[in-house]
Amino acid sequence: MTSIPTPASTTSSADAGTREAASARHLRMEAVTHSFRGAAYRHLGGELVAVDDVSMSLASNPPQIVTLVGESGSGKSTVARMLLGLLKPSAGRVTFDGDDIYQLSPQGRSAFRRAVQAVFQDPYGIFNPFFRAERVLWKAVDRFGMARNRADALAKIEKSLGAVQLRPTDVLGRYPHQLSGGQRQRIMLARAHLLQPAFIVADEPVSMLDAAVRVHFLNILLDFRTQYGMSTLFITHDLSNAFYVGGHLLVMSRGRIVERGSTDDVLMRPAHPYTQLLLASLPSSDPDVRWTDRMTATEQTTAKPSPGRSRCLFAERCPHVMDRCWHDVPPTYAVQGEPSAGTGVETGAVHLGPGADVTADEQSHSVACFLYDPAKRTSPPPDSLSGKT
Amino acid sequence: MTFSGTAGATLLSVRHLTVEYATVRGSARAVDDVSLDVNRAEIVGIAGESGCGKTTLTSAILRLTRPPGRVTAGSISLFPRGGAPVELIGATGEELRSVRWRNVSYVPQGSMNSLNPVMRVGEQFKDAITHHDGERAANLDERISYLLDLVGLGGHVARMYPHELSGGMRQRAIIAMAIALEPDLVIADEPTTALDVNVQRVIIQTLRDLRDRLGMSLVVVTHDMAVHAQLADRVAVMYAGKIVEDAGVRAIFHHPRHPYVRRLIGAIPRVGGSRSRLDGIDGAAPSPLAWPAGCRFHPRCADALPECSTVMPLMAVTGAPNGQHLTRSMVACHLHPADAIPTDVSVLEVAAPSQKEDR
Repeated sequence: MTSIPTPASTTSSADAGTREAASARHLRMEAVTHSFRGAAYRHLGGELVAVDDVSMSLASNPPQIVTLVGESGSGKSTVARMLLGLLKPSAGRVTFDGDDIYQLSPQGRSAFRRAVQAVFQDPYGIFNPFFRAERVLWKAVDRFGMARNRADALAKIEKSLGAVQLRPTDVLGRYPHQLSGGQRQRIMLARAHLLQPAFIVADEPVSMLDAAVRVHFLNILLDFRTQYGMSTLFITHDLSNAFYVGGHLLVMSRGRIVERGSTDDVLMRPAHPYTQLLLASLPSSDPDVRWTDRMTATEQTTAKPSPGRSRCLFAERCPHVMDRCWHDVPPTYAVQGEPSAGTGVETGAVHLGPGADVTADEQSHSVACFLYDPAKRTSPPPDSLSGKT
Repeated sequence: MTFSGTAGATLLSVRHLTVEYATVRGSARAVDDVSLDVNRAEIVGIAGESGCGKTTLTSAILRLTRPPGRVTAGSISLFPRGGAPVELIGATGEELRSVRWRNVSYVPQGSMNSLNPVMRVGEQFKDAITHHDGERAANLDERISYLLDLVGLGGHVARMYPHELSGGMRQRAIIAMAIALEPDLVIADEPTTALDVNVQRVIIQTLRDLRDRLGMSLVVVTHDMAVHAQLADRVAVMYAGKIVEDAGVRAIFHHPRHPYVRRLIGAIPRVGGSRSRLDGIDGAAPSPLAWPAGCRFHPRCADALPECSTVMPLMAVTGAPNGQHLTRSMVACHLHPADAIPTDVSVLEVAAPSQKEDR
């Protein structure tokens, strides 16, 4: 506890200043793999590899938003649970300021719990219906010894509710069923504000909220970064939310990160055929921009056995599939010709192995696809996925 | 309307429909005095936030309201192809049985998970078809294979079990089953929700194909405005148990009139759009147990007039900013009083449904 700066008791700008002065904190995944085993996965050969050799990092200085986007079953939530210390990886390490979070001392564990806060998908499941919703706030004050007395605690809680644009009179004293989904989800953000964590891990926080309150939530996440210096891992399946939030983007598919880079690079110049497929499938909310071409479904039945994981897992759906895609796991290559790609372009392909400095490499646009292998390239990579028949 | 078909004649006419749920804290009017028309070969989208009454409305159309819910007022008239008009409110069980599936079919939310796991898909088709129309029992296999083709699944899917299909394939199988008896109208509740974007796109394509190839009408309920933009000809936006705006899809997206619809459209982030800060809608949706007086949106409305808190605005036909794209453009808002001949929907009843023009 002693190593943690005291949270929000003074003004927000002072808090941000304190955090900038402190050395940057890091929450990292280093070559993390997780497989679920058991009879339920017999049809998959006994195990389901939910997360496969994933490395990523979240730094507190400068505060950043990293978005992890992927379809259902891609392993997004498994990543979140491992980062939060709720699920031990089968292989690889999750570290907080360099220490493995699954081998922390009790003090280290308490500091980790304080510094990394979660917002989950379901604003209905998180509250105990027998208690008032504000209990999650009082418990947080209590657990981390944040207030000298009840009046002090209430003042802090009211300040945090204000920070998420909730009127204390609207929510205090209410039970969960008396609050809307948006209000409940913002109470969880108020809890994060109260604790002033370095990191927020938000797993699909807006997918159950209506469009009208969704942007409120996203705006608050953005404000938390600029006003309080909190870094967020924002997990979503919705590319338009990812675009709105900005920052850094990781695209996950079937347990692997297939493309990463700045949100603008990845969404405006998608490199991986999978990312291109996702963008081509995204419905435009403009009735004058309707699809005129047709797309065939690339879904699979579970009737066919899967040909293993030592290959590109997108191969059977990929319009550009090559022979080698079926035999090797594609390494990560820098996307050529990116203005922001930095050293990656000059040195050609960069293999971002587990030993690499993840933070530095993460800033550039990179893709796990053989089409971008500079040694083997015969034709320029595709501009876009046609999807036409 | 881009569709160049037999659009025009009214197929379904809902008038002043009210559905109430009895609760321990009183009666909740989940759908309150709602009127809606569906024309032949038209895709009508029903939009709105959770709890606004979308599902209550569409399930009431087929008289699927179950206690504690009850239809307390209104009429629902169906004008089936080559048949006598049917009044669904007050219809007997026998009459309803002959309408369901044959004239109108309903694909409830999450129905892709309701296939029987221990029966092959084809057997479930046979059950449904023979139960509702014994005469079609001949050449069943051929017909099932044709239906599965229509939704882009091969005939081989008939021999598979539901667990062998992905979510999107099951959803398409359910849609194929819904059109098995060539109904005039298919009502689909959240048909793309919980599906991945690629699959969602294929479902949208499939639904549009069915209208284009078979000329059936569709009512698609979803909270996802982008799906409406891609699929609907006309969109009815619900708020707090009422339809607040009902207009052609272009009018809804490019010239929304109702402040709620305007804010709703404005709150959608777009990939590649500007990154300027979007505004949501402040406040929470009201409870059906205590709808606000006057316009139900007025407590959250930045443009509210004094009368908004006391006088309930009626649906009124207003001038079309881009006339040729609009079938009927109606909005219930004091900021947008009716043009020329003031009218609420009851005036539309004056015209016989069969003579009503599409535009």
